[in-house]
Amino acid sequence: MDRANVDTDAIIPKQFLKSIKRSGFGPNLFDEWRYLDVGQPGQDNSGRPRNPDFVLNQARYQGAQILLARDNFGCGSSREHAPWALEDFGFRVIIGPSFADIFFNNCFKNGLLPIKLDAVEVDALFAQCLGANGYRLSVDLETQTITRPDGKVIPFNVDPFRRECLLNGWDDIGLTLRHADKIREFEARRRIEQPWLFA
Amino acid sequence: MQAQTLYEKLWSSHVVHVEDDGTALIYIDRHLVHEVTSPQAFEGLKLAGRKPWRVDSIVATADHNTPTDHWEMGIQDPVSRQQVETLDSNIREVGALAYFPFKDERQGIVHVIGPENGATLPGMTVVCGDSHTSTHGAFACLAHGIGTSEVEHVMATQCLLQKKSKTMLVRVDGQLGAGVTAKDVVLAIIGRIGTAGGTGYAIEFGGSAIRSLSMEGRMTICNMAIEAGARAGLVAVDDQTVAYLKDRPFSPRGEQWDRAVAYWRTLHSDDGAVFDAVVELNGAAIKPQVTWGTSPEMVAAIDGIVPDPVLEKDPVKREGMERALQYMGLNPRTPINAIAIDKVFIGSCTNSRIEDLRAAAFVARGRRKADNVKLVLVVPGSGLVKRQAEAEGLDKIFIAAGFEWREPGCSMCLAMNADRLEPGERCASTSNRNFEGRQGAGGRTHLVSPAMAAAAAIAGRFADVRELA
Ligand code: SF4
Repeated sequence: MDRANVDTDAIIPKQFLKSIKRSGFGPNLFDEWRYLDVGQPGQDNSGRPRNPDFVLNQARYQGAQILLARDNFGCGSSREHAPWALEDFGFRVIIGPSFADIFFNNCFKNGLLPIKLDAVEVDALFAQCLGANGYRLSVDLETQTITRPDGKVIPFNVDPFRRECLLNGWDDIGLTLRHADKIREFEARRRIEQPWLFA
Repeated sequence: MQAQTLYEKLWSSHVVHVEDDGTALIYIDRHLVHEVTSPQAFEGLKLAGRKPWRVDSIVATADHNTPTDHWEMGIQDPVSRQQVETLDSNIREVGALAYFPFKDERQGIVHVIGPENGATLPGMTVVCGDSHTSTHGAFACLAHGIGTSEVEHVMATQCLLQKKSKTMLVRVDGQLGAGVTAKDVVLAIIGRIGTAGGTGYAIEFGGSAIRSLSMEGRMTICNMAIEAGARAGLVAVDDQTVAYLKDRPFSPRGEQWDRAVAYWRTLHSDDGAVFDAVVELNGAAIKPQVTWGTSPEMVAAIDGIVPDPVLEKDPVKREGMERALQYMGLNPRTPINAIAIDKVFIGSCTNSRIEDLRAAAFVARGRRKADNVKLVLVVPGSGLVKRQAEAEGLDKIFIAAGFEWREPGCSMCLAMNADRLEPGERCASTSNRNFEGRQGAGGRTHLVSPAMAAAAAIAGRFADVRELA
């Protein structure tokens, strides 16, 4: 996706936010760019006219699991529908030079791995990918490396805590509740120091 | 003790636990809830058999999907209605400190009702499943937008997993010119640092120009901190903050008020506190701003022109500009004040408070909208704002000018309800995002202040509000 500042309104337009479910957003990922008509929630998307110029509609990118992105990907709203849609579509990894904060966080909560790389590395990946049909990268979270088809290995960083959570599929809430006593203690102190917060 | 920034004070007073890699558990004092980002969280909670940790931290309202006219007919769109009804039943089941449902007299945009009810207080941590939660930072609280998984996490644990942000001070000194408002200041800031300029930072806004702003103006600035990439915006407590909060429904009273105020007075960055980045702007030099593209950083002064991508050296940026101009249907070097508009939207959590409506009414008074302008929507931020405006007769001024006076809600800010742009329509909007399709598929949004929006409605094109007065 060779453009900067791809925002969450583009990733999943608002009419699809009316759903009260977590799944089923994949067919409407990038709806306004992907289709030539205006999509509505609950509609059958199979017969809608597709925009042939849009990257994800090109034959060579069918089944892609890695999304190459530019600066500030995922900017805009906090809607978690954005990572839900990306994940539902089949993406597992997004590689880009920078991400918007809330979006970056939301990815980890949904088994999507956002990887920040130097802009120079991302440029090279874009160039290679455009130049070779069937271009494949492999991403290993365990060793925190990306391997290019030419054999070059690119290391990347992930917070150790987030990495563990992703690898083990841990539930954040369960983890936090291990500290329930500490939370209760904190709360009790706060109740005494700033009672007006507990009106 | 070492000099601390306001952000550091707020952060350290809420840390419950820190993991080895610096990920911290932050205690959350106030949880604002609306219908769009909460249903999956309530459902998740239920499925896991978990109880909410502290129901009295929750303040909820329905705002995104609610219509702005014909309230007697209810919500026509069945999908919107279902989302609002889902919130109703979730709150009925779980409980809350306060709930302002559809049609309630205090219902409104979540970021408007929090402060006006005193549900947002200095020193708090405030979260909401909505990126513009940064608004509340105007009260020196640490306010973050969060995703739905985090909404569920906060409900279940009263905590948020967070990494400490870097700190940035944006200092705006000097006196703002007549007709130049908080919106122009924040657009100028974003024009300067870019939409990713604040990524990874909490931005504190300071300097004499910020101090001179009302609480409403400060909320406008913090509201758009997220548009500069920052998850949180902050302004220190001063007399205005305290005066604003006095006697609000959820503000402390009596002896507790005095104790609270004494604490709130400590909520500022200490002299000599060190920020990771400092940006300085001359407030006196800021002119009324108009965005010309599809990102808030694509902004120019009213007496400026649409820039020419040919002059941009960075190829990714140049392409972005070309694409934006194509989407916006604009030619390079067009004078901003030559751009004609089809619709005007005055509202949203950025600019729908009483001061915003007064500013728009001041311009609209005794004038009429231009014939080429099909619709001018004025949507107050809340039921309370609406009543205040009506008490001041602002609604009459708007109606006499040919504007429509509506019921409160998010409305055409993101067009989840029936208020939207048709493909190709051009809108002067006081909201915060000019992304492609934000106000309706194919719609073209130009962000401006309320006074500039009213001026555009009158002139039928962008016009310098300083020349109108
Ligand atoms: S007014 Fe707009 S930006 Fe604000 S909460 Fe509503 S939709 Fe979001």
